[in-house]
Amino acid sequence: MPQPIIQVKDLSKRFGSQDQEVRALEHIDLDIYPGDIFGIIGLSGAGKSTLVRCMNLLERPTEGSVIVDGQDLMQLSAKELRQARKSIGMIFQHFNLLMQRTCLDNITFPLELIGTPRKKAVERARELLKIVDLEDKEKAYPSQLSGGQKQRIAIARTLATNPKVLLCDEATSALDPKTTRDILRLIQDINKRLGITVVVITHDMKVIEEICGKVAILNKGHVAECGTVEDIFTNPQTEAGRRLVYPDGVPFDLLPASRVIRVAFNGGTAYQPLIASLAIDCGVKVNILGADTRNIDGKAFGTMLLGLPDNELEASKALSYIMAQKDITVEEVGEHG
Amino acid sequence: MVENIAAVLESWGVRKALEQLEYLLDPATLPFAIWETLYAPLLAAVFAYVIGLPLGVLLVTGEEGGIRPLPKALMGTLNTIINLLRSIPFLILMVMVFPLSRLILGTAVGTAATIVPLTVAAAPYVARLVEGSLREMDRGVIEAAQAMGCSTWQIITKVMLPECKPSLITGATNAAITILGYGAMAGAIGGGGLGSISLLRGHQRSQVIVLYVAVIILVILVQILQSIGTALCVKSDKRINHTSTKRRNKK
Repeated sequence: MPQPIIQVKDLSKRFGSQDQEVRALEHIDLDIYPGDIFGIIGLSGAGKSTLVRCMNLLERPTEGSVIVDGQDLMQLSAKELRQARKSIGMIFQHFNLLMQRTCLDNITFPLELIGTPRKKAVERARELLKIVDLEDKEKAYPSQLSGGQKQRIAIARTLATNPKVLLCDEATSALDPKTTRDILRLIQDINKRLGITVVVITHDMKVIEEICGKVAILNKGHVAECGTVEDIFTNPQTEAGRRLVYPDGVPFDLLPASRVIRVAFNGGTAYQPLIASLAIDCGVKVNILGADTRNIDGKAFGTMLLGLPDNELEASKALSYIMAQKDITVEEVGEHG
Repeated sequence: MVENIAAVLESWGVRKALEQLEYLLDPATLPFAIWETLYAPLLAAVFAYVIGLPLGVLLVTGEEGGIRPLPKALMGTLNTIINLLRSIPFLILMVMVFPLSRLILGTAVGTAATIVPLTVAAAPYVARLVEGSLREMDRGVIEAAQAMGCSTWQIITKVMLPECKPSLITGATNAAITILGYGAMAGAIGGGGLGSISLLRGHQRSQVIVLYVAVIILVILVQILQSIGTALCVKSDKRINHTSTKRRNKK
């Protein structure tokens, strides 16, 4: 097992004064390994943003340590910390571009900080514009771009200094579903091509599903669960986990004892009536326990929780039928309740 | 010609019209007055920014939760001094800084001497204007800069000031016009300019024509300053789509 590139050890963060203390994070332990796309998910107020801000010390933990690439950030001087931050990229929900600079100058900005000669910086920026597929926007100002384009420029900017880690703080939360997918593809691509470790903070399960390999569920300042996305999705152990994995409004305490599967639609055509054709083609009736699906550009996205019939034969028939569909992933949800 | 106009004006009840017109038409009068009206306040504005801009930056960066918090006592003192200076009426302040003017310029009267009280009055005002502009700054952008490893100095010079440029220009326009207004009062301590003309000749000697002409020119000067300021602000603001598109098309 390689050394983790980000190690959060017994980290706590408290805000406010002694008598009105808010415990944002308590005793967090996380190991993130090189090359991972690590998701941190939680409802708003769970402390995810605080946690990711602790990873580059934008927020100073009250206790504990943060070790990035072998350096304990808490022990660094202000100057050393600034140096360390140059290898920790970060993108934000609201992009945070410099509005009075062109796209090109936004990307050269971090290079300017480290004194890269202008000509070299411009060359590098053009290279990055190519990576994010916005070569024609070199002279445009951020106000002339769409949300997705702005995030691409932000990504290019953060890549300029060749960071080892990319922290994404709700990076797709201000974007529409289609753009979200494009940006996630880009992040995935960067992770693969450049080998940058990515930490994704989100409240959106679909983001985790799309790109993450490992996930930690954050609940009220604690890590409720942590593991591979597969494990957590098929068998969430905690109530916080189930709340996130199952569609909204599913009374998961009241799920039937029979087999339950979770179907995720990843952009197949919305006009393909899955449940109806299942009933007709296989003669199997499934029970829709909960659904949260959306039709975007004629494509179906979202999740559905289905209760399979008690009959083993019918159940496996239905399961293999659904598994055979395109753009659909199926997971059996394990023991619950 | 002048006599005829003077005769008409006198028939309307204006006294000493000829004398007033001759005074106004003297090539030494108005151009010099305009020059005196502009140079003292504009120089004072420059000095006020030299002092006020760093103070304004300090007010934002040094506060609790700012990018470089300074001791509370220091910030409290700074705020108090600024408020104090801003609450003294300009006419009183002018007299109060006589010793300072004498120390710096060797004299406390005359147009040049008004630069000192104008600067003292304007610097705290400028500090507040700059503070206001910088407070509009999006915290997220500063956070992004910090995440990129910006030092405090880099955040101020490369992020805060350039990003707030349009708002700073608007502030500077306000400052210039306000100082110009203060400058008009400088006639009271022997400063020259349109303000002094309208006060000493126009008002005290009841030369109505001189009064109106001087005031109208002042109004026009302010209009010009405001138009230049607004144009510069709009031109510098890349958040406004239409101007930046125009700029791009020109290239």
